[in-house]
Amino acid sequence: MTNVSRNRPLSPHLTVWRPTITYVMSIVHRITGVALYAGTLLVAAWLIAAASGPESFERVNALFGSLIGRLVLLGYTWALMHHMLGGLRHLVWDTGRGLGKYESRKFGWATIAGSVTLTILIWIAGFALRS
Amino acid sequence: MSMRTPLSRVRGLGSAHEGTDHFWRQRLTAVANIPLMLFFVIFLVRYSDATHAEVVAALANPFVAVVFGLMLVSGLFHMRLGMQIVLEDYVHGEGAKIVVLMLNTFFTIAVGAVALFAVLKLGFGG
Ligand code: HEM
Repeated sequence: MTNVSRNRPLSPHLTVWRPTITYVMSIVHRITGVALYAGTLLVAAWLIAAASGPESFERVNALFGSLIGRLVLLGYTWALMHHMLGGLRHLVWDTGRGLGKYESRKFGWATIAGSVTLTILIWIAGFALRS
Repeated sequence: MSMRTPLSRVRGLGSAHEGTDHFWRQRLTAVANIPLMLFFVIFLVRYSDATHAEVVAALANPFVAVVFGLMLVSGLFHMRLGMQIVLEDYVHGEGAKIVVLMLNTFFTIAVGAVALFAVLKLGFGG
């Protein structure tokens, strides 16, 4: 018997394709979700420090106020905003709307632009309120 | 033609016997998270430079304490459901899967216990 499957074309070729914005946003939604999961440790640390008294509160605040601390919080803010907007996109999709190729691409870019804008606004507001 | 029995089709629960429930709770908490997380972020912006006494006074307000508690419960519930999907996608061994799903629940409950205890203590006046 001849081997009929030997010369069949390999298709679709799983390694030759271009990432789309929708696909990248899908992965970023997952990464930000997992990052926020870890970030709950920071929230819990801040709350328990506040509940423990002024000294532990100052210690945790000093950590968060350091350069590395601020970078982590900046990343946390962006992850939360991006995941929130990405989640909103999922909720709209769940109603059956916005699933077209061009619409979902627009959604993807809007998620990035929106999350970066909101993050910048939040941090400007935070610094503006400092006395 | 469906291969499912009429009863199984009516229940619509799939092979895991919980079917749409997980999906539904993920959406429910996602919707709740939007206002709750916005409240949380605005609170942090407002109190990012605050002294310990100011933060304690803010959380002693019953409204703030209750919304903080709701934010924690909704967020933690949501992240546990979400992480379950992620783990089910990447962990394939049956034993390993059970272990990581248990750890997911333990982590959520531990973080929740610490954070909620703190909010209650502050809510009742520090
Ligand atoms: C701020 C409001 C939020 C909204 C609107 C939201 C929305 C969503 C939605 C709709 C999904 C399901 C995505 C899918 O089906 O693929 C999801 C997944 C997830 N969310 Fe959220 N979320 C929010 C906040 C959070 C927070 C605060 C955390 C963590 C503490 C979190 C952790 C996760 C995780 C781990 C997943 C699973 C990701 C995946 O399956 O790829 N989310 N979120």
